[in-house]
Amino acid sequence: MPWTKVFIDQDDFAATPATDGLRWITYRDSLREAQMQMLQHDARVFILGEGVDDPGGIFGTTVGLCEIFGKDRVMDIAIAENGLTGVAIGAALAGMKPIFVHMRMDFLPICMDQIINHAAKWCYMTGGKVNVPLVVRSIIGRGWGSAAQHSQALHSLFLHIPGLKVAIPATPYDAKGLLVSALNDGNPVMFIEHRWVYDYKGHVPEEIYAVPLGKGIVRRQGKDATVVAISQMLYEAVKASKALAAEGIEIEIIDPRTLNPLDEELIFDSVRKTGRLVIGDVGCRTGGVGAEIASRVAEKAFPFLKESVAIVALADTPSPASHALEMAYYPGAEQIIASVKRLLGNNKVSELAPVPGEPTSILFRSR
Amino acid sequence: MARTSPRTMRRLFHTMLKIRRFEEKIVERYPEQNMRTPVHLCIGQEAIAAGVCGNLKKGDYIFSTHRNHGHCLAKGMDINTLMAEFYGRITGCSRGKGGSMHPVAPECGILGTTAIVGGSIALAVGTGLASRLRKDGRISVAFFGDGAADEGIFHESLNFAALKKLPVLFVCENNFYATNSPQTARQPHDNIAKRGESYHIPGFQVDGNQVLTIYETVKKAAARARAGKGPSLIECRTYRWKGHVGPDCDYERGCRPEKELRDWMKRCPIELFQGHILANKIITAAEINHFIKAIDKEIATAVKFGLESPLPDKTDLIKHVFFERE
Ligand SMILES: Cc1ncc(C[n+]2csc(CCOP(=O)(O)OP(=O)(O)O)c2C)c(N)n1
Ligand SMILES: [Mg+2]
Repeated sequence: MPWTKVFIDQDDFAATPATDGLRWITYRDSLREAQMQMLQHDARVFILGEGVDDPGGIFGTTVGLCEIFGKDRVMDIAIAENGLTGVAIGAALAGMKPIFVHMRMDFLPICMDQIINHAAKWCYMTGGKVNVPLVVRSIIGRGWGSAAQHSQALHSLFLHIPGLKVAIPATPYDAKGLLVSALNDGNPVMFIEHRWVYDYKGHVPEEIYAVPLGKGIVRRQGKDATVVAISQMLYEAVKASKALAAEGIEIEIIDPRTLNPLDEELIFDSVRKTGRLVIGDVGCRTGGVGAEIASRVAEKAFPFLKESVAIVALADTPSPASHALEMAYYPGAEQIIASVKRLLGNNKVSELAPVPGEPTSILFRSR
Repeated sequence: MARTSPRTMRRLFHTMLKIRRFEEKIVERYPEQNMRTPVHLCIGQEAIAAGVCGNLKKGDYIFSTHRNHGHCLAKGMDINTLMAEFYGRITGCSRGKGGSMHPVAPECGILGTTAIVGGSIALAVGTGLASRLRKDGRISVAFFGDGAADEGIFHESLNFAALKKLPVLFVCENNFYATNSPQTARQPHDNIAKRGESYHIPGFQVDGNQVLTIYETVKKAAARARAGKGPSLIECRTYRWKGHVGPDCDYERGCRPEKELRDWMKRCPIELFQGHILANKIITAAEINHFIKAIDKEIATAVKFGLESPLPDKTDLIKHVFFERE
């Protein structure tokens, strides 16, 4: 099974061309291909969203699809997110498989009533008789002063809602495979992409394949600490692993790929081996997925921990505009390295300036 | 229609010029990549900001959108702090927290700006409600685009404002596009001005490139609002010259027909009005020259102020998440 393949610190994520004959395409093209093939193979699939047919094509992920499949299946819509989410849900109730695309995740709050009170609960309220095969694609961005209303990463909000699945692919391979799974799942799936990885290339088979929801993957094996890296943080973790390896520290990187369902066993297995856990998230800290993972480890894998858990996440502030503040806001490899070293008791880390608003997180102490 | 005074006409012209030169300065300086914030320029749409705000008092409220520069300047916002905000400086109107999409200037009725499409509409109804409860005599203006008129919040806000007869002006800048999506792809009829009818809100559809028409229409609507007779909806038909975001044109990328843009550019709101006031001897060419020089100087000072101001400190990141009493 392809998803069980362990990619160990190859340049799987970097924009280097394939040397071994594998097909390499970008994350962006992988998403486009998945949608194209699903539109071809399943008449129930259709796409709707603001600007899905425009020349930019949602950062290139829907470019040309309207020309191929027509306006009924690749539908530009008015700016009316709440109502149109309800419309998409209605179509899904009737057996269609809509993909509702949002250029930025920040527009999802307008749809919250339909997503939370309707899509998420319909199956349960109907005693399992009627399901909602809806995929909501939304995009996290960061940087260039987009500020508080245009660069939020709200994935963790949806974890709190029973009935919603949350997929957050980091690689081109997973982007396609998870989108296919999401469309075939029969449940509402929040599908969360990161704009910064759109240009990254990776191996993507040409045929339709599925990456199952709820299966994480070990991206790199290591014995000293486990780093669970979410979305774009995967690339930061890979960067960190290289720097740490140069100092003889081997981290194990886990990409959960979906946050609900969460492949907790994969994380527990790794922590059993390393005894140390760092979680790298692209969202704000409080009430976030880092806290959720840490709590599950505390609950179910506590004896394996040799050290407290560390979370690398955004400070609990809205996204600032100024570049000077953005630099302080977005953590990356540097903060992962610092956290790993701290857990390993390496005092060299104190040379690294702490990020303001990012107090060292001590969740609990191992015995 | 009561004749607009020469003094007012000169003021309206000055405001439009100032907005145009300000936006053109951004076009010029943006490629330097020191303004690291997305800019939504309003070149081509200046008459609306000038014509509407020309009727407002300092204490009246406006709520703008992502495309806010013109509204803020026309409402009298300090140009230095606006420019410094674009440069991400601590001296910016939002101390570097907001960037170009969220200007704030409470001292002149700008209580903040939202870039969530449709957000401005309800907020203006809310300040209108406060004014009615307090009987402070202020009116509130919601600026929004043709795209925003499709959000549920538009209809919910109109209904409430009409019911409570709130002193609110709904000013829709219909530039026929929402990002790259033409109006016809989003709306069954080209009649935003009529959408208030079922709420008994008077609707006006005006040429958004004719500042006097806008000024005079808004004048009546503002008087009506101040008299406690309720809101009006004014649809101003116009066109933006630049792409949805950024300093470039977008027709090269196939976003809209070049001819459409060229045709609208022949109806430049500033040239149209300039022709009118020159012909009617409201202003002389020398005076216009003087306006331009003074405006350019003011803008140059603002750029200098922005570039020379300090950046926020890292420790500023966590400040202002919550309001704290000093
Ligand atoms: C609720 C919401 N949905 C989508 C967007 C993305 N967006 C920003 S501006 C814009 C187009 C707005 O069009 P219009 O209201 O006509 O204003 P214009 O840009 O033409 O001035 C869109 C879709 C947003 N900011 N907020
Ligand atoms: Mg518009």
